[in-house]
Amino acid sequence: MKPILRIRGVERRFASATGSTLALQATDLDVAENDFITILGPSGCGKSTLLRIVAGLDHQTAGEVLLDGRRIEGPGADRGMVFQSYTLFPWLNVLDNVCFGLRERGLPRAQQLELAQGFIAQVGLKGFERHFPKQLSGGMQQRTAIARALANDPRMLLMDEPFGALDHQTRELMQELLLGIWERQRKTVLFVTHDIDEAVFMGSRVVVMSARPGRIKLQREIELPHPRHYSVKTTPAFAALKAELTEAVRAEVIAAQALTP
Amino acid sequence: MKPLVPVSPGARVALGVSFFVVFVAVWAAVTFGGLVPKIFLADPLQMLKGGWLLLTEMDFAHDIGMTVWRVVGGFVIAAALALPLGVLMGAYKPIEAFFEPFISFARYLPASAFIPLLILWVGIGEAQKLAVIFIGSFFQLVLMIAVTVGNTRRDLVEAAYTLGVKDGSLIRRVLIPGAAPEIAETLRMVLGWAWTYVIVAELIGASSGIGHMITDSQALLATDQIIFGIIVIGLIGLVSDFAFKAANRRLFPWAQLGR
Repeated sequence: MKPILRIRGVERRFASATGSTLALQATDLDVAENDFITILGPSGCGKSTLLRIVAGLDHQTAGEVLLDGRRIEGPGADRGMVFQSYTLFPWLNVLDNVCFGLRERGLPRAQQLELAQGFIAQVGLKGFERHFPKQLSGGMQQRTAIARALANDPRMLLMDEPFGALDHQTRELMQELLLGIWERQRKTVLFVTHDIDEAVFMGSRVVVMSARPGRIKLQREIELPHPRHYSVKTTPAFAALKAELTEAVRAEVIAAQALTP
Repeated sequence: MKPLVPVSPGARVALGVSFFVVFVAVWAAVTFGGLVPKIFLADPLQMLKGGWLLLTEMDFAHDIGMTVWRVVGGFVIAAALALPLGVLMGAYKPIEAFFEPFISFARYLPASAFIPLLILWVGIGEAQKLAVIFIGSFFQLVLMIAVTVGNTRRDLVEAAYTLGVKDGSLIRRVLIPGAAPEIAETLRMVLGWAWTYVIVAELIGASSGIGHMITDSQALLATDQIIFGIIVIGLIGLVSDFAFKAANRRLFPWAQLGR
């Protein structure tokens, strides 16, 4: 299948006092339509940098990223993003946050509301339309952020540790919610995380990145059937995948921490 | 008392009021007790009588009106120009780099030092009073607004870009609404400063206004009237401050949540 996103030789160097630091080594990655790719790696491995380059929020120092064959030069509505930090606009209520991108496109208000209501319902926030972000829990804010990104109908969804700041239980519920939405819509997703369970449970393919300078160390198809129920986490197949990826990630974390195993 | 532990609203009001009471009590004690000669400091009763006289016989209400008009006029002009410039400086760094050094210099120029120059340029009419207020508040406003806009959370800006905004609507839909509550706070604060400039402007070359009344009273050693004038300024400041705060709470309910 022809990939919708092609990452070709993308490299990122940061200028520093002592010269330059290579954060991301020449990286290649193809993402096919309807893929749910989870990118796993130790902190500082450049996985967020890679995602931000795809989003157009950061710029590669070599290589290129092509979305539907067109080179990405900057951020755009075709790549919706959900951040780890809470990025709802605090002056807008839930409804207007979800309408934000639709309004930018100049959609008539009635149509904006109809679309927004649908996505708010999908993330289970019916009845909270008039709440301001500060009145919501962290999980509810991230659900709103997901609705806001989806309402824009992007070509793909980029997620940068979106559940990283949530407590464990909330995070698991959010994973199920997002996976449920993906199973219905099959929106192409690029999802960065350092949580191995999360990567295996959500992903159709897991990409493991090495310690800095980051590069793709291994890719693993996750052939667990859909729809995935949370109980899949207790199956032997899941445990085997997790064990394999844990080994791979562990070696990188050790390298990142400059420890000797 | 424990550090940083909040007080109940009732206790807060009671404490606030009690200091006023203490203040007036000390004032009454030193004046009625004869510790300070009347010629230097009128007692509270005398001050009230003097104030009554001002209001009923000397058309002090007109002076108050003039002063309020000058403050509001000069401040509105300053704000109307400072807002767009401040927002542009906050949003576009080259514009900031162009204006910021000069404005940082200009804001330390004391507005009152311009009074002789302004009298020379525009006379002793209303334009001079407005100009003093303008000079005193414009540069402060521009800088503070620019800083506020420039401090917009970068992750909100990035989120907006990934939702498809272009630069123009980023300013209109993210930078301005995000900075609005703090800009309103800045306006409230600088309006308070404008009050101090207007009185200085009226002390020199004015034929009306609270400051003018105060200089007149000085010639007559009418400390009761001077004190009354000062208290009126304080009260108007307090009222405008409350009004501003209330307006901000109504306009930006989201900024109050969780405070």
